[in-house]
Amino acid sequence: MASRAVYVHRDPMLKKRDDFEDILEERRHSSDLRYALKCYTPVLYKGLSPCRASELKSMVLQSDQLQYVINQVSKEMGRTAEEVQAEASTILDEMAHRLQISTVRFFAFTLSKIFKTLFRSICVNEEGIQRLQQAIHEHPVILLPSHRSYMDFLLMSYVLYTYDLSVPVIAAGMDFMGMKIVGEMLRMSGAFFIRRSFGGDKLYWAVFSEYVQIMVKSGFAPVEFFLEGTRSRTAKSLTPKLGLLNIVIDPFLKGEVFDISLVPVSISYERVLEEALYARELLGVPKPKESTSGLFKARKVLSEDYGSIHIYFGQPVSVRALAEGKVNRCQFNLTPRHIPRKPGEEIQSFVNDLAYRLVRSQEENMVLTPWVLLAFLLLQNQAVGNERGMSLDELTEQAAWVRDLSRQFGAFLHWPDQLPPSKVVSSSLSLHRGLVRISDGRVQLALEMPHSAMTSEEELLNRAVIILSCASYRNQALHLFIRPALLAVAIQAASSNKKQEVYNSFSFLWNMFSNEFILCPGAAVQDFEEACYLLVKSGALQISQQEILVSGRGHRTLAFLANILDPFLEGYQMVCRFLYEATEGLTEKQFVPAVRKFIIKHLLTGRLRYAEVLSSDLQKNALAALLRLGAVQKLKGCQGALKVNKVIVNSLEDTLGKKQAVSRSLNTHGLFLDLDKNSKLILVSVSQRRKAAHSEGSRRSTLIPTR
Amino acid sequence: CKHRSHISKYIFVVSWYMIFNLTELLLFHRQEIMKWNGWGYNDSKFIYNKNGQAEFTGKRYRLSGMIIPGLRDWMESTFGATVQHKTPATPVLNTSAVQPPTLNEAFVEGIKSTGIPFSHDPEDRVFRSHGHCLHEIFPLREGKVGRVPDMVVWPKCHNDVVKTVELACKHNVCLIPFGGGTSVSSALECPPEETRSIVSLDTSQMNRVLWIDEKNLTAHVEAGIIGQDLERLLNESGYCTGHEPDSMEFSSLGGWVATRASGMKKNIYGNIEDLVVHIKMVTPRGVIEKSCQGPRMSTGPDVHHFILGSEGTLGVVTEVTMKIRPVPEYQKYGSVVFPNFEQGVACLREVARQRCAPASIRLMDNEQFQFGHALKPQVSSIFTSFLDGLKKFYITKFKGFDPSRLCVATLLFEGDREKVLQHEKQVYDIAAKFGGLAAGEDNGQRGYMLTFVIAYLRDLGMDYFVIGESFETSVPWDRVLDICRNVKARIVQECKDRGVQFQPLSTCRVTQTYDAGACVYFYFAFNYRGLSDPLHVYAQVEHAAREEILANGGSLSHHHGVGKLRKEWMRETVSDVGLGMLKSVKDYVDPNNIFGNRNLL
Repeated sequence: MASRAVYVHRDPMLKKRDDFEDILEERRHSSDLRYALKCYTPVLYKGLSPCRASELKSMVLQSDQLQYVINQVSKEMGRTAEEVQAEASTILDEMAHRLQISTVRFFAFTLSKIFKTLFRSICVNEEGIQRLQQAIHEHPVILLPSHRSYMDFLLMSYVLYTYDLSVPVIAAGMDFMGMKIVGEMLRMSGAFFIRRSFGGDKLYWAVFSEYVQIMVKSGFAPVEFFLEGTRSRTAKSLTPKLGLLNIVIDPFLKGEVFDISLVPVSISYERVLEEALYARELLGVPKPKESTSGLFKARKVLSEDYGSIHIYFGQPVSVRALAEGKVNRCQFNLTPRHIPRKPGEEIQSFVNDLAYRLVRSQEENMVLTPWVLLAFLLLQNQAVGNERGMSLDELTEQAAWVRDLSRQFGAFLHWPDQLPPSKVVSSSLSLHRGLVRISDGRVQLALEMPHSAMTSEEELLNRAVIILSCASYRNQALHLFIRPALLAVAIQAASSNKKQEVYNSFSFLWNMFSNEFILCPGAAVQDFEEACYLLVKSGALQISQQEILVSGRGHRTLAFLANILDPFLEGYQMVCRFLYEATEGLTEKQFVPAVRKFIIKHLLTGRLRYAEVLSSDLQKNALAALLRLGAVQKLKGCQGALKVNKVIVNSLEDTLGKKQAVSRSLNTHGLFLDLDKNSKLILVSVSQRRKAAHSEGSRRSTLIPTR
Repeated sequence: CKHRSHISKYIFVVSWYMIFNLTELLLFHRQEIMKWNGWGYNDSKFIYNKNGQAEFTGKRYRLSGMIIPGLRDWMESTFGATVQHKTPATPVLNTSAVQPPTLNEAFVEGIKSTGIPFSHDPEDRVFRSHGHCLHEIFPLREGKVGRVPDMVVWPKCHNDVVKTVELACKHNVCLIPFGGGTSVSSALECPPEETRSIVSLDTSQMNRVLWIDEKNLTAHVEAGIIGQDLERLLNESGYCTGHEPDSMEFSSLGGWVATRASGMKKNIYGNIEDLVVHIKMVTPRGVIEKSCQGPRMSTGPDVHHFILGSEGTLGVVTEVTMKIRPVPEYQKYGSVVFPNFEQGVACLREVARQRCAPASIRLMDNEQFQFGHALKPQVSSIFTSFLDGLKKFYITKFKGFDPSRLCVATLLFEGDREKVLQHEKQVYDIAAKFGGLAAGEDNGQRGYMLTFVIAYLRDLGMDYFVIGESFETSVPWDRVLDICRNVKARIVQECKDRGVQFQPLSTCRVTQTYDAGACVYFYFAFNYRGLSDPLHVYAQVEHAAREEILANGGSLSHHHGVGKLRKEWMRETVSDVGLGMLKSVKDYVDPNNIFGNRNLL
């Protein structure tokens, strides 16, 4: 029973969410062995054509789709079909899972032991499980969990096994396969392995997509993959990757199944196992290669307390219902369906839209702990340079205020209301004692004191580790505040309180940051309205037909919200500055190390407020945005050399920095930044601009307003 | 030996065709032998008898007078339709509910002077105001009558039609040709926006076989002839056309031409477009016909194809020369049980690939198999019921077929005896490769009989809150399974979404095979108890089902035609240019829209 709407943004307060049940509770009271050996009879898809994992392989190799591509490849490469067929078979061997129940049972036993030591509880919404069970019976199901930790897919299979549901087959990155025994164990518990990049390899793509589609069509087991493609190191949701989503909904578009249920799953960790690892990675320490021995070294994590995990199974989303009126399925009528072809524009935009909706519904069902809210406050306090930290009382007061605000914005907040706020705050702080220091009743981030043995750069990086770790908790709630925050900054930046002016300013920021946050493409107006709605509802704004006015008590809210974006504004500015000053021939590969060096230099001079701008994630997103907007271009055939439009980059930096709508320096020359038809930044003169505005009426969503 | 084959021919003729009465069909007032608000003959219908058992009345069909013990249970378990909840039809037409005719006096005078019979009796007019779509029959059962023709004329020959059309053009009267009245595309509905006098041109009096040419194996026939009469008259001379659409008891030759009809035995004899050699049609521009009877011509686009499928928008087909064949010596039914529908379709595909399809081959899905089972008449002896039990045991227990998944193909072979038996073996051998088990002649024959009585069954359903209909499509082979699954599921989902309180019946069968695809028939019915506007819900579900068909690569229609029911999809079906071509033909042939039934375009 899939719902037709993925999310309803108008009334977040009214959103009904299910209750949680702790599945570890029972594990603590009964035998793990009996649990691992329990009678396991999951509900199956009603249209299931039963087959074993081993039979899947021959189905794939004999499929029309694959045979077609094999013949094509063999003609193109001048190889015999048998050779290509053999290669396909090898690819499939490397890829395929060998799901068997005994391994699942082994994991059920082992993970029970591990989870009980690591976590206080693993909470699951049982209503979601019931919905999922129904969905599995009716249609092929795709499970789409958020991805914050390696734990995610072990957890998913564990939970499904616990509730007597079919354990999923999981698309996993090839890097896992390097872990000898573990890789094989994962394979036997349902993981199948895909190479990280295989862009041009037609045969690989064909084997892969056919393998996945056959599992979807036959209803073999729920197929699980991560929309975000990789673990988010920042705890912000990542821009969804569309490749696998395209593959799994293809059988529906081609009429091979009646419908497909997509089930977004939100996994929230009170403490992520990889916390400090991620921060180091973002700062430029490369990710350690996955290896079995590495895993054993990581066992010291076993002695720590990682709090609770919340797993929320969202409403199943019916692809059929969403495609209604958006995709004309007749487009497959005139060519045989087994001949591969690139999805058309209509399908691409549908899949893109679908992916964003799903990630948003993942975000919305993330459970936020009080600590997440504390992270906002501690980071903001640290940034204003308050050396002494905040008093516990002050922190508690502010936390309660943010709690109320976030609830008004529809947060899925796990705040134990039965306890006094001070208790809640202190217990949160104690779980994260690695990140905070409490002395003399004052709280601050646990930044190390200056140390003579360290260089100032080392010292800076050490501080940044703590700050980025802390930011990763703050980031868990960014989705909640991002739209109002963009509006808050837009109000500050707009030249007047005219609604249109504010919108123009909002739209600029929205465009700028749409690689950084989950902002659905083309939904700027919708997001603007949502932000207005939330801020009016919380009493911060009054909006008339024409104007947006900040109310008396709104200033605190707006200041808090605008602060949230500050590190990002500063970071994007620095990237612009760097690119402005960069020498010719900078390549994409060199970009991150070079920009890091540049930023460290500036941080050390004390001119920057936010060590967070050291995050390579932010830097990459900024570059992606500039590429998207055409301020930077990738030159073909020059090893990814970047060509920077210095005038535009310079004016962007000014605009971001002053929080001003228009760069004065440009304005004096009568030039403006604008978007052309392909959403690329261009400079236009005043007269050109007037003409364009005149001829195109109000269609244009202005990037930067005129004055 | 020759003698024997003659006898078998004779037996075949008598047993296969229904019992008929020529004079009855010559009657102008067909409503005296046929239902005015339901299907078929007045004397034939399903009822629950005194004992609460289902029974089929009358004497016309093999099933007539028999008790059908399983039907009531099937109705209850499939639809939740119980005998307590009745919705009987209005027995007699209340003629005061019929609008008085808008007559064009000059036209009436003109017709009078030609001596062509005519009528403006309300019953005559109502009978010719509709086809058999649910939304046409349902209001009639409640005694509601919409716009009906103002007058009925019965031309007796081609020249009468010429005169009628001339008068209609002269006096600007709207003509709607009427053949057998079995349309299921709203083709006979009077357009409500039509302000002119509407005249129904009933072709039933043009029902003669004018000549039979044994050298060329053709017959020249007036287009008003009804299917069963045509076959009977030709049989008397030892011939047949072999064209047997499911409606052949009531549908007319002219109607077949006008809708591009398809017959059950098209694998041997071809569809209507393969069967016609020459067509004569009267249009407002004059008479269109070819100058010779050459079997094939390369003379530009075939003008017959403007006529075939024109659905009464261009003129009246008056005479047709058709191919005929000697009545086959031997006929044999058969059936095959498959473990599931997928295997069944794979078998039909293979049969089509090898081009060895019997005269007819049809594959019913599991729901229809169960339905067919429910329509089994009471068995006369313990021995037969014992045999039935044994068969069932063999198939489900010994062969391991799942009774909720298995499906049945029905077969009909025709030709000389030896070849039929050889052919039969070939088909059964293919079937065996797909897990098919021969399941006897009886099952096959009952399957075909059902085709004729199923339309009667809808009337029984409507007596007990059940409404339903069938619709069809044609689709490439690789799409058959997908379209069947998706359309059936769509129907179920739409019913649920629209508040239908009971599980609908949503079932299909593959009824024709071609080199490149198949014809698929869907049956859909539900219990509408608790719905305030069942017809609207029904129309929405059918609309959604058609959208689903088109989205799955199915055609708008295989043989029912477009009429007004499926007009909205014509543009996407034939493209802008295609529609423009058709329009320009209409504009040339009938600039004043005399043939104003507004079908198709």
